[in-house]
Amino acid sequence: MDVTTFKSKKFWILGLVGLILLVLLTTLPLYGSLYMVILVTAILMYMVLTVSWALFSGPTGYLSLASAAFFGIGIYTSALLLPNTGVVLPLLVVVALGGIISFIVALLVGFLTLRLKGIYFAIFTFGLVEFIKQVLIYYEINITGTRGRFIILVDNQHIYWIMLAIFVLTLLTTYFLRRSKFGLALQSIGENEEAAAHRGINVTMVKVVTFAISAFFMGAAGAIIATKWTYIDPYIAFNALFSFLPILMAVFGGLGQIYGTVIGSVVFAYLEEVLLTKFPYYYMLIFGVVLVTVILFLPDGLSGLIQRLRRRILGEQNANT
Amino acid sequence: MPDFAIRVLDIAIGGLLMGGIYALIAMGLSLQYGVARVLNIAHGEFIMLGAFGTFTLYTVFGINPLLTLVIVGPLIFIIGFFLHRTLFTRLRLSAPNPDAYSASSMLATFGLLFIIQNLALLGWGADLRSYTYLNVGVDIGGALFAANRLVTLGFAIGIGVAFYIFLARSRIGKAIRAAAQDPTTAGLMGVNINLVLALCFALGAVMAGLAGTLLSMRIPITPSMGLNYTIIAIIIVVLGGLGSIPGSFIGGFIIGIIGTIVNYIEPSLSLAAYYFIFMLLLLVRPKGIFGK
Repeated sequence: MDVTTFKSKKFWILGLVGLILLVLLTTLPLYGSLYMVILVTAILMYMVLTVSWALFSGPTGYLSLASAAFFGIGIYTSALLLPNTGVVLPLLVVVALGGIISFIVALLVGFLTLRLKGIYFAIFTFGLVEFIKQVLIYYEINITGTRGRFIILVDNQHIYWIMLAIFVLTLLTTYFLRRSKFGLALQSIGENEEAAAHRGINVTMVKVVTFAISAFFMGAAGAIIATKWTYIDPYIAFNALFSFLPILMAVFGGLGQIYGTVIGSVVFAYLEEVLLTKFPYYYMLIFGVVLVTVILFLPDGLSGLIQRLRRRILGEQNANT
Repeated sequence: MPDFAIRVLDIAIGGLLMGGIYALIAMGLSLQYGVARVLNIAHGEFIMLGAFGTFTLYTVFGINPLLTLVIVGPLIFIIGFFLHRTLFTRLRLSAPNPDAYSASSMLATFGLLFIIQNLALLGWGADLRSYTYLNVGVDIGGALFAANRLVTLGFAIGIGVAFYIFLARSRIGKAIRAAAQDPTTAGLMGVNINLVLALCFALGAVMAGLAGTLLSMRIPITPSMGLNYTIIAIIIVVLGGLGSIPGSFIGGFIIGIIGTIVNYIEPSLSLAAYYFIFMLLLLVRPKGIFGK
């Protein structure tokens, strides 16, 4: 981050557009319908998951399937600390706690596993989600004697505003991280880890801290969305789908750009909403077909497509051969 | 203590009986990942297809379940071969490097998982299905085992050994092993690499399908049964060492016995135990027992 960034025209235009969007989004509950508020909350949730997943896995190339674990930890934090009977902690404290616990777990997991290369890391993180789920099921059934938990009701506007705040925080963190020395270090780890280590970058520290930061946002998002779902059990909280959806949305939008991941999650979350209400029985089938098609035909995602179209319109046809 | 001895024998043989099927499934995945570089998350779906294929052939057409092995096998081979020729070959050729290919092909198999599983749900419904075949008790040293479990173990070992001999002795097997070591050089030596990789993927799917046929003789089946077996297969393949066929074969029996022991002590923790072993293994020795 240096002074020239703040002097560039693009930065200010981007900032202005962002500010207008932010005002429109913040005031949405005042002019939008309840359905709009709930829909946008869901979209914001997916955006948080996708952008924070891409924050770590985008530049480093480590395919993390642990999103569902951190998201689930946030959800369970709410389930334990916000029961619908008994003593309840303040909502914002619980949301922060959900993030912090995820952060700590991610630190531990990261230190243990980030020396695993390539596909091993993906398999491990996938196993992690299932492991936590199985242990929790055992704990719930055999020790506390419950199956699921009910959570206090929170009105939709508050959930919406908190989710929006988490999203803005995620986006700002990603934006400034990418432009910092830290982000450059992350980028160089993705290009060639050994070379990065030889340049004096503390490879493990950079990877683990970024992994934990991304987990923080997932945990916070989980903690607040749990109050929307009101009933939680281990199957709901640790659903492996929440590991795959963010990846799909990021790939769909394009990993190269932040706006790609944002567009991907907006389009996809809306699509999911439509499919779920119109074709509930074919939803997963269509999901699979879209996943395969996107990987096959849109390897750079929507943002790659946009860039290709822009180049074609500008007439620079030989730019990408 | 004869009572204790019977219990140990019970667990040991029970583990071996499960291990035979596990070994078959893991060998298939080992071919797909070790050679074709596709970490096939939809591997279990081919098990499910095999199981439902046999179920349908037996209950609708009255064909002997053991005979369906020769019908289900070729059918699944065609599906696997077609999938690799269209989907994975295209992904492999467009990927900038092998790591990118492993990631994108794995994501694609997640898509396949959803597609195959939901098509099966639409076709066969979500209920548990089962039929009875050779359901008579056989006494081994005081412990009773169903005949179908013993028969399936025999067939699982037979199929596993046949595949191993095929890989070790035949000309195509040699090409497959060459491709596993270094695809580019194998290609330069005149191996038709696209064909060999497609063959590996298809053969891996066939082993899963045959395992599914054998499984359907002893347990109730459902369209969502696949993923658990995929996870067990991944654990075994990592345990035995990626790409090592004998490693997968032996690892299958090891996991079968461990699973039976945990199941005996605390059934509700058996899945958690698998994951625990697996994560421990990844941390301590990611190369696996037989890995180089």
